[in-house]
Amino acid sequence: MADQPKAGSALDAVQAGPATEAALPARLAPTDLHNPSVDALRARFGAAVLHHEVTAGDQHVVYLEAGRNVEILRWLKEDPTQHYDFLADVTAVDFGGGRPLQVVYQLWSMPHRRALRVKCELPLTALTIDSVQPLWKTADWLEREVYDLFGIEFAGHPDLRRILMPENYAEGHPLRKDFPLRGRFTRAEQTRRALSQDPNDQYIPAELAMGREPQQATPMPAGGPIPTDRSGGATGAGR
Amino acid sequence: MAQKTVEYAVSRNPEMGTGGLPAHGPLFPVDIAEPQMSSENMLINIGPQHPATHGVLRLVCELDGETVLKVIPHIGYLHSSFEKLGEYRTWNQVVPLTDRMDYLAPLIYNCAYVMSVEKLLGIQVTERCKVFRVILMEMERIFSHLLWLGTTAIDVGAFTPFLYAFQERERIYKLHEKYTGARITTSSTRVGGMMADIPAGWIDQLKDFLKSFPRTLDEIDALLTTNGIHLGRTQNVGVISGEDAINCGFTGPNLRASGVPYDLRKDKPYYDYETYDFEVPIGQHGDCYDRYLVRMDEMRQSMKILHQAIGRLPGGPMDVQDPHVTLPTKTDCMSDMESMIHHFKLIMEGIKGPAGDCYFAVEGSKGELGMYVVSDGGPKPVRWRIRPPSFVNLSVIPRLAEGHLVSDLIMINASLDIVLGEIDR
Repeated sequence: MADQPKAGSALDAVQAGPATEAALPARLAPTDLHNPSVDALRARFGAAVLHHEVTAGDQHVVYLEAGRNVEILRWLKEDPTQHYDFLADVTAVDFGGGRPLQVVYQLWSMPHRRALRVKCELPLTALTIDSVQPLWKTADWLEREVYDLFGIEFAGHPDLRRILMPENYAEGHPLRKDFPLRGRFTRAEQTRRALSQDPNDQYIPAELAMGREPQQATPMPAGGPIPTDRSGGATGAGR
Repeated sequence: MAQKTVEYAVSRNPEMGTGGLPAHGPLFPVDIAEPQMSSENMLINIGPQHPATHGVLRLVCELDGETVLKVIPHIGYLHSSFEKLGEYRTWNQVVPLTDRMDYLAPLIYNCAYVMSVEKLLGIQVTERCKVFRVILMEMERIFSHLLWLGTTAIDVGAFTPFLYAFQERERIYKLHEKYTGARITTSSTRVGGMMADIPAGWIDQLKDFLKSFPRTLDEIDALLTTNGIHLGRTQNVGVISGEDAINCGFTGPNLRASGVPYDLRKDKPYYDYETYDFEVPIGQHGDCYDRYLVRMDEMRQSMKILHQAIGRLPGGPMDVQDPHVTLPTKTDCMSDMESMIHHFKLIMEGIKGPAGDCYFAVEGSKGELGMYVVSDGGPKPVRWRIRPPSFVNLSVIPRLAEGHLVSDLIMINASLDIVLGEIDR
């Protein structure tokens, strides 16, 4: 009994090997190859729409020319037939091996209840793209995160600085495929840098500009404040 | 779409201004001239280690007296680079990373991640698994909102709701423990199913919770909803309009409090949410009080969904019957040659699927929780990205808090319901 293969299941699957793309067409076949937004984009922007694909059954991805991202996204947001008013996410994908980085925008239209994924490809030699922060305030932090972790510059972003990693992090951009999992520096070097930090590095220039005086420990004498030595700011509160 | 507008249960006390200050002037005239004080602005740090920031969050504020002129949030203190770690793990090995992000609602994160991978790989989970995941996700919504409720009440000075809420949370912790063996780091899901079938007596324990929880919720409701101090601290504090909220990326209860009925369970239904009978509570004013009302009502709606889900929980297998996806049982593995081969191949090679990418979002307790997975056909993700709801919600805090008092900043921060584990990832 035990020698008999189970009817029509297990051993067949072993011989068939791991599931491949060809083995899964029925479950993952695109349900609808046409998307009204993609058709409209093609009609309006023509050559700037590079490529359109359907993944995971029903998710439409459109590849745009990176130089025209703001123009096209603005149209997608403001045109009443599209009205993608909600930017769910901005992120990037690095496939490694010198392939271009993809900047990915996940759009959602509240009135039409439609999703669209927009991708722009950037070659590793020119990692700059225009910021969509003027269109969606969401993009403020999301683009900062992409800048921090991938090193993509967003032209026109009002406050482009690192967000998750420290401002003075010197090892590069962690989510790039050429970045080793444990970082570029040795543990000893990382510890040495952490211990020799200047407290003022915890503040950005805008904050250092707004903090005025170190707090006084002694009461102020009559006749106005005494001149204080500003160079000792690191020990005072807020400096 | 079933919606329900939550209303101010009581309107503002006219004697009380924003932030609980008296709206009127001094009760009797004073003729002492105000002393000439130095009007220099002050730079203070709130956090990173401060209980009112609800985690390791640092807010650098510029203050004029008690008025907040500028807020600059600093995050990243808990950064663990989960997304990078995920690229070095197979699809199933990523699951334990997900619950460490939002330790206040770990099961939603477990479920959201595997749901996204299942969509990418084209796996249809069983009916029992679907309903059970709905039960877990709605239970976690209550779990997370209860923590929000307790800690926020403490921030405005009410201690009792905290104790009540944590007693109820403890019972959900027990349910976690009974099912997964862990209280916080649950790691309960697997691609194609769950870690185990439902243990005996678990559903009864959940029913017990549902039987007595409404009473506690009503007690907390009675303590806070019409409480004058609570009203003064929350009404008209941190107001944001619906249009701005969409533009800023608000999701979840924060967005719905501004009057936008956007709920993924209704707008992009998954797991047959369209067949459950529940309403989406929305607010009108977009202030901290409406966020409170919306969350209170969401807990009631979640209970409604839980009752329906328990009623329709079918029998049958929990995991998909696909040897490429699900591990065979231990008994099969030890007695059956093919099962052992499958076990070996799954452990050594992992689950393989087609190349492509997939963005899948669920309605988490804090907002739209999206998981974006990119595969090149191998057993590991090329990229695994979490669309973090708290991260985006927190980015709006400078806009909400500037011009308010410091005490309102604490309330606004609390009302956003952030969890720093997920913001920093």
